Amino acid sequence: MDELLRRCEEIIRDVSFATVRRWKAEHPDGKAIAYFPVYAPVEVIAAAGMLPVGLHGAGDQLELQHADARFGSFICSIVKTTLELGLTGRLAPFDGLLFSSICDSARNLCFVLKRNFPQLYVDFLHLPHNAESASSREFLRSEYARLKAALERLAERRIEEESLREMIVRYNENRRVIRRLYEWRAEEPHRIRAWELYVLVRAGNFLPVEEHTALLREAQEGFARRQAKPRDSIRVLVESAFCEQPPLGLIRLLEEAGCYIVEEDFTLGRRWFSEDIPTDGDPLRALAESYLDRSVVSSVRHDGRRPRPRALIEKVRARRAQAVIFLIAKFCEPAYFDYVLFKRELEREGIPHLLLEFEEKMYTFERLQTEVETFVEALLFE
Amino acid sequence: MSEYRGWIHQRQKELMQQWYARLDESARTGWPPAICLMISGNCVEVLEAFGIVPIYPEVNALQLAIRHQSLEPILAAEELGYATDNCAYVKADIGAYLMGVTPTGGKLPRPALVLCNFVGCNTYIKWFEHVAAFLEAPLYVLDVPFLRSEEPSPADVAYVVAQLHEVVRRIEEITGLRFDMDRFREAVRCSQQVEELWSRIKHLAQRVPSPFDAYFDAITLMGPLYVHRARPEGVEFFRLALAELEAKAARGEGVYDREDFRVVIEGPPPYPYFRAFRDMFARWRATAVASTYSTVGGIWEFGFRHDPEKPFETVALHMLAHNLTNRNYLQRYDQIRRYVQQWRADGVIIHFVKSCRLFSAGQGDMRDYFTKVLGVPTLYIESDLEDPRYFAEAQIRNRVDAFFEALGRHKRAIAV
Repeated sequence: MDELLRRCEEIIRDVSFATVRRWKAEHPDGKAIAYFPVYAPVEVIAAAGMLPVGLHGAGDQLELQHADARFGSFICSIVKTTLELGLTGRLAPFDGLLFSSICDSARNLCFVLKRNFPQLYVDFLHLPHNAESASSREFLRSEYARLKAALERLAERRIEEESLREMIVRYNENRRVIRRLYEWRAEEPHRIRAWELYVLVRAGNFLPVEEHTALLREAQEGFARRQAKPRDSIRVLVESAFCEQPPLGLIRLLEEAGCYIVEEDFTLGRRWFSEDIPTDGDPLRALAESYLDRSVVSSVRHDGRRPRPRALIEKVRARRAQAVIFLIAKFCEPAYFDYVLFKRELEREGIPHLLLEFEEKMYTFERLQTEVETFVEALLFE
Repeated sequence: MSEYRGWIHQRQKELMQQWYARLDESARTGWPPAICLMISGNCVEVLEAFGIVPIYPEVNALQLAIRHQSLEPILAAEELGYATDNCAYVKADIGAYLMGVTPTGGKLPRPALVLCNFVGCNTYIKWFEHVAAFLEAPLYVLDVPFLRSEEPSPADVAYVVAQLHEVVRRIEEITGLRFDMDRFREAVRCSQQVEELWSRIKHLAQRVPSPFDAYFDAITLMGPLYVHRARPEGVEFFRLALAELEAKAARGEGVYDREDFRVVIEGPPPYPYFRAFRDMFARWRATAVASTYSTVGGIWEFGFRHDPEKPFETVALHMLAHNLTNRNYLQRYDQIRRYVQQWRADGVIIHFVKSCRLFSAGQGDMRDYFTKVLGVPTLYIESDLEDPRYFAEAQIRNRVDAFFEALGRHKRAIAV
């Protein structure tokens, strides 16, 4: 088990993308497409015989030498480290980059990369913000059809409906295992640590889906065998780290300071769907409808049917969380905006909350540690 | 150094006051109904078809800033939980609402609908979600696909048109009013005429000297452009504005007694220091001959017009492809390049504003493109459009002075 976790940790820290290089060596005609958070229809990419890779910045593995001058002040770290990965040649294993309508900085990054790397296929998906309108389903289906056609040109092969359906089956399976692990973790948070689940799930961003599902199953068995005793901790829901990822040290710190993290939105794209995507009928339509109707609530999407402040309260109740910790990446505008209405709703409901700001490259946490310990103590002894 | 102040400035003030008076009347009597809209690529023609008055929170926010009244509402919003790094337009608007402050002291109505025309700016969605939450008003997000290729696809257009019809139905349900197709066509026709006149005004700036400043003076013209575009008052205003500026051009008059520099300005202005900022350019007799900020509401100088024969389709096309914010970043590079070449500019000024990542994220790369790829002299400065705490006046002036000094040497060297 330790070995498995160590391997996952190594995979997610690696900014040379060794797993991707290895996959390409084994698949001489295969292409790799990296996608920026939060969500991408990975099934379409995989059905083209390509490896979809979820990028989440560079953590503390990269010092900015070029990207700062291109993006200036007041812009979040993940935008800059992603560009830095490109400007330092680290995105070489990729044949394409995919972005979507999550925020203004990420959108501009897409086109800055397009200018600087004209040899790459760089595309932008418009994921709808009007789920209330029936027309958004047809629109998204056409958007996926456009992506499919572009990938077909890049791969120089057709994407058959059957292989698309097969990929939906495989990713459904993968997401089902992840959902089960999340539920189990909420039941027995002392058995499955948050940082462990995080590295296990995020490692899937770099692996073919079958390989990742097998890895998760191995972890499941490891967790089942584990002897674990409950600790004195409060049940906490962590929110807002859906794009730039908090340092592993910070996730560990929360746990050591007395938090059972029973729910979070780390690498949310891997858990986008709350139930299986249907495998009958037109697969592109199934993907589009599921994006709108069988999915989680997220700060990067407007859905008039499900206001996010209420959805947060429902999530808190469902996981029996006692408090919410907002982990917000510095300069992350979607998270900071949502915080205002979240805070208002939590206060109406009398649910304690704490706001912590982080950057992916942070490596000392003394100040945050004190804040978390004080917050936890107040709740443990109230 | 004082800029030209003619009939245009007086008349635009009256038109803006007229708009605020309509809003005040709506707040006091409940009539006409009011609907919140965003400036960028909006569908105000649909509102006009119902006789509904638009509320533009952006215009309110900038009016507060230009009157030096933005800091207090910004602080009130931060007190509520907004971060220092959130868009200060939103903070000033929400803060002013909480404090009961309006730019004119008149009343603002509660909107019958908060209609978010999402055209590229993700902050628009958050902003209107918050407006709807605080004002307890219904919200509709009109989702406009971002322009990720040269032209919008038929699927993009169909999606926006379908939503426009939904908006019409929603307004009918909420207000009890009936949609009037003739009035809609008439509103679209007014927009078409205003756009033609506005485009001709913009093209006057290709003259040497330019009869007006296409950044600072264009901002004066933008008020009526947004508030009255789809109304006969708008057509009349722009007809007279064009005549006045054409006469000025015919007399060979520029913005200053001499036009020493022609620049293109990218980015919104620092409204809390609008005067001080303008003076930094005036002392060098530098005229903006084009600007991207004046195309937030719509880009018409390259030929697009609304069309009363195809009202829904052209409203959709305007939202999709013919406003700055829904066009992609490289299309903005190209827009500025065209300005530099066709409006014969000596350099580009990039004003990074902290609040607006849509405008500013990546402007370092834009500078790289203009200086290294095109060899166009470029100045990059940073402040904010609404929050007075981010304007380092002496520092910005030094950079502006150094830029024009160097640009002067550069121009003389080219001339030799």
